[in-house]
Amino acid sequence: MTHPAASDPPGDPAAPLIVVPLRHPWTWAASAVVIAIAALALYSVATNPAFEWPVVAEYLFDEQILNGLARTLELTAAAMLMGLVIGTILAVMRLSRNVLLSTVSWLYIWFFRSVPALVQLIFWYNFGALYSTITIGIPFGPTLFSASTNAVITPLSAALAGLGFAQAAYTAEVIRAGIASVPRGQTRAALALGMGPVTIFRRIVFPQAMRVIIPPVGNEVISMVKNTSLVSVIALAELLYTAQLIYARTYETIPLLIVASLWYLAVVSMLTIGQHFLERRYRQR
Amino acid sequence: MTTGPQPMVRIRGLRKRFGHRDILRGIDLDVASGSVMCIIGPSGSGKSTLLSCINHLERIDGGRVWVGGELVGYRERNGKLYELPERHIARMRQRVGMVFQQFNLFPHMTALQNIIEAPIRVKRVPGEQARRRAMDLLDSVGLAAKHAMFPAQLSGGEQQRVAIARALAMDPQVMLFDEPTSALDPELVGDVLAVMKALARSGMTMIVVTHELAFAREVGDALTFMDDGAIVERGHPAEMLGAPREPRTREFLSRVL
Repeated sequence: MTHPAASDPPGDPAAPLIVVPLRHPWTWAASAVVIAIAALALYSVATNPAFEWPVVAEYLFDEQILNGLARTLELTAAAMLMGLVIGTILAVMRLSRNVLLSTVSWLYIWFFRSVPALVQLIFWYNFGALYSTITIGIPFGPTLFSASTNAVITPLSAALAGLGFAQAAYTAEVIRAGIASVPRGQTRAALALGMGPVTIFRRIVFPQAMRVIIPPVGNEVISMVKNTSLVSVIALAELLYTAQLIYARTYETIPLLIVASLWYLAVVSMLTIGQHFLERRYRQR
Repeated sequence: MTTGPQPMVRIRGLRKRFGHRDILRGIDLDVASGSVMCIIGPSGSGKSTLLSCINHLERIDGGRVWVGGELVGYRERNGKLYELPERHIARMRQRVGMVFQQFNLFPHMTALQNIIEAPIRVKRVPGEQARRRAMDLLDSVGLAAKHAMFPAQLSGGEQQRVAIARALAMDPQVMLFDEPTSALDPELVGDVLAVMKALARSGMTMIVVTHELAFAREVGDALTFMDDGAIVERGHPAEMLGAPREPRTREFLSRVL
């Protein structure tokens, strides 16, 4: 202001202003209500004897429970690995110019994403009712391998099939999106340098697709940890089923469910932290 | 490779269509070994598609292309053209370097890795030898100090110079430039053009699609004006830019100058 006018506010303009922040009384009120509810809930959880905290403490590091936890982690890793390998194949098929390959891939993804994983698990478990023997060989030729279905479909193989095949359908879509996100110019540049299709996929397209693929796959791993609990319905002794086995004997249902929940919380929390760092790494550059 | 009259690149009756649109309608073009051919023309005239047909990045719908006397993409026997398998085409592409408008460097590799990738994976050059050659090439484009940088850490002009070095690392017989300076800020164009001038002086056969008329005049041995998928006029750059014969060339030049 170069022209001090009569309408200028009173007071010395050079003097420091006192800023009075706007009050937010409703924020304070809402906070008070939330704290009160949380405190009541916590008090109730801590004092309600039905939670049986001593029992929780007793079983938290029980050998059986830890074995169940190990089985849960093994299943997660194995099913995710299956999902990634089959999913990559499906994604490449889906992007293929060959109509048959891309259609088969589409049908697979459509089917395994549409039928609930729980239903698939039970289906695989009862596969023996559909085919009593499983035979691998050359059609109308010699038999290479033959076994009774009930010997092949154990709870473990049924669990892997149910979780892994369904996961492959989801992973395939993630990988397809990742591959599609790599600009066409990258392939053109690699082709112009005389690279073959395998080298281009392995060295140029896939590493770049990984940046798009890794964060959602991290989410899928976290989902898989929890989805393994579905396997309890086919009597595979993972974390939840182990807890169920114990409370079926002792009737301490709630404390053992809490034990299982605490372990799920711990594993998922660790994975979430891991994923945070993984995502940060892939966001760079 | 200056073996008499045979041109390094020979194109006869080249046709290309996308859907119902004719992109190239019968192109004839000869590029002599060691010469620089510049191609100008309005956007959509088919210049870039023409380049992509020379190294078979685009399949041609008619006509023929020879590079170094060898038919591109096909084998001719008993009056029939047989499509060549992928690996034959890949081998042919090693002899044709290409530089793109958008650089297309591999973003997950450093400048050095970008350059050594194809020699190591495709030509099976030993790693140490490939690295030494790549450093020489980076030095020749003035970027030896930035060999460990990723493309995102380089300016557009620097990226394009790395891209030129990457193409040269395969020791091509001919270099194709697809509007190499069109995506650059004006102050970065000069560095890239300087590298291209040095390359032309070293005797490299070059086909350059460009809007840089000054470059065409100074460096080009021949100039071609394309419009609507056909060659309208060709001649010596200085003469053609000074006194275009065709009205369409005249009109185009009056718009860009």
